[in-house]
Amino acid sequence: MELYILSPILFPLLGLLINATLGQRMSERAISGVATLAAAAAFLMSALMFGQLSGGDARLSATVAPWISAGPLQVSFGFLVDRLSIVAMLIVTGIGALIHMFSAGYMHGDPRFRRYFVYLNLFLASMLVLVMADNFLVMFMGWELVGLCSYLLIGFWFEKLKNAEAGRKAFVVNRIGDVGFVLGLLLIFATFGSFRFDDVFAQAKAQGEALAGAIGLITLLLFIGATGKSAQIPLFVWLPDAMAGPTPVSALIHAATMVTAGVYMMVRAGVLYELSPLTQQIVALVGALTALVAGSSALRQFDIKKVLAYSTVSQLGYMVAACGLGAFIAADFHLLTHAFFKAALFLAAGSVIHGMEHGLHAAHGAHVDPQDMRHMGGLARRMPVTFLVFLLGGLALAGLPPLSGFFSKDEILLEALKHNVLVFALLAASTVITALYVGRQLVLVFAGQPRSAAAAGATESNWLMTVPLIALTVGTALAGLFNFPTTHALTDWLAPVVPHGETPKFMPELAATFTALGLGGLGTALWLYRRPEGRFGEAEAALGRFLAGAWHFDAAYRAVVVKPFYVLSTICAQVLDVGLIDGAVNGVGQLFRQAGAALRSVQSGFVRSYGLMMLLGIVLAVAYFVLNAR
Amino acid sequence: MDTTAFVALLSSVLFTIGVLGVLLRRSALLIFMSVELMLNAANLAFVSFAHRWNQLDGQVIVFFVMAVAAAEVAVGLALIVTIFRTKRSTNVDELSALRG
Repeated sequence: MELYILSPILFPLLGLLINATLGQRMSERAISGVATLAAAAAFLMSALMFGQLSGGDARLSATVAPWISAGPLQVSFGFLVDRLSIVAMLIVTGIGALIHMFSAGYMHGDPRFRRYFVYLNLFLASMLVLVMADNFLVMFMGWELVGLCSYLLIGFWFEKLKNAEAGRKAFVVNRIGDVGFVLGLLLIFATFGSFRFDDVFAQAKAQGEALAGAIGLITLLLFIGATGKSAQIPLFVWLPDAMAGPTPVSALIHAATMVTAGVYMMVRAGVLYELSPLTQQIVALVGALTALVAGSSALRQFDIKKVLAYSTVSQLGYMVAACGLGAFIAADFHLLTHAFFKAALFLAAGSVIHGMEHGLHAAHGAHVDPQDMRHMGGLARRMPVTFLVFLLGGLALAGLPPLSGFFSKDEILLEALKHNVLVFALLAASTVITALYVGRQLVLVFAGQPRSAAAAGATESNWLMTVPLIALTVGTALAGLFNFPTTHALTDWLAPVVPHGETPKFMPELAATFTALGLGGLGTALWLYRRPEGRFGEAEAALGRFLAGAWHFDAAYRAVVVKPFYVLSTICAQVLDVGLIDGAVNGVGQLFRQAGAALRSVQSGFVRSYGLMMLLGIVLAVAYFVLNAR
Repeated sequence: MDTTAFVALLSSVLFTIGVLGVLLRRSALLIFMSVELMLNAANLAFVSFAHRWNQLDGQVIVFFVMAVAAAEVAVGLALIVTIFRTKRSTNVDELSALRG
């Protein structure tokens, strides 16, 4: 029974063990096959459990082994599959399996092919530990493990210093958030005396009023952790840099799964968030602001992946804002649809980059950055499948019906309209901005004439890459059905385990307004970029620089945190270490050296001077005795 | 001035000459002779005081000193001869190394 519940974690672990130990002698095909099969097996087991849950079982749980046993602190490796975690498991393993398959084509010929798939399987196992945990501490273990995998995969091509630095930045920024998370965990134990979700939530429900202060602080601290992992203001700066990793990694880790861990955590701890209205307000505002800031920053990026990265931050802002509004189910729904359409977009971007690199090889031309949209153009005709995927993903991202993004975004906007006008205004503004940058990207990449030899020579990717693309596109198109406004299947499914208010009624006029706004945004972008060459200087103007630098968050951190830190380090190294500590050590040595040099002259080696010394000594001794004779 | 005081004065003058000889001369041989001078100055003082106090102790000590001096001469001269053979000199200022 335990083995059955743990199997989604164990399959990827088995895959990584096989590849890590025997992979040296295996072909690329075998390595990627093992890894992909492991992911697919995990998906199959998750689907089996889903069937069991929908068959009536409330939950499946397994306690594998005790972990920490110290007085009142009792933690065990407990795992829990309930209606919330099974949704996350299906997303992680399903999209994970498709991205494994895509990677087999994308990473073909990479010298570290085997290591890539080992990391990818490790990530899958870690992510499943995170979502299947039945207590906060095991969840935190998964939380840190996925952070490690993220670090390893961002810096996967570490030969370039820039990539290694991006990995390090992600790691450090996430640690800042983790400080908040760990403090939250400690406070949870101090308040409730347990880490288990069941105990904590039951106690919180029973005596919520009495513990309001502590719960408020706990939720705020946990939210700081979420701002790190889910890239919210003020800690979102690592995610755009994380695009240094291979593109399938960006799709899996930095769009579909890992970065949504913060949202998943808040949905899981929804009971606590429900009890602290102040935290809710902060969360909603931070999420909405992030949606606007990141969305507008996407408007002035020229790197195809950076646009999507800022878009991811922006969409995560929607989910976080939904959590803040108490609309946990809407947040989870958007998490689900976003996982589909953003994974599709990222993989399509990967396919574009792959095609551009192909074209680059064929053209033997001057080197151009294969990710720079200024060198693309006209790819719709050369890469029709990729174009279609990107188009549908982009329209879903812009929230146009009948694609999945429309339904989930509409639900969040409805909740915002009901609860908080300011948040609604911010989210509405970023909806228009979303349509604008989607339109801009579509035009720059796919429309018009090729603007470089690489784009002119680009070719469609092979089936290993197009099949997952098509599968994800089907999901992108149909995922809205999971929570169709008339049936609300997902709401009904999650209602027993996730706190929820009354589901707002579908408002056709609101949906129509935002559809019109989205279409208007797209149209504006199409019109603005009808001659894209004329607008390449846009990042130079004051507003352009402001947006291209993501509202100068990075620059501000560099000035306020990084620079002073370097100055402090320099002071420590040059003044304190060299001056004080080394000075003291060297000073002691110098002292004895000079004392030795001074005393050395006594040992001259001249017999007569020794004789003189002896005489003086005798005279002194005699004088002493004579004077003390009485 | 009685005899004892005179002899004691002579003894101390001879001892001082010996000390100065040890300190100021460079030749090992002359230093050696100065040491002998110091020993004999001490002998003179012993004999004189023994005579003055009518006791034999001082005279006995003198014989001991002479015996020790004879032994010392035997060893010391042998050393000086050996040093001269290796260094071709008896200048003590050149004898500053601890190895041969």
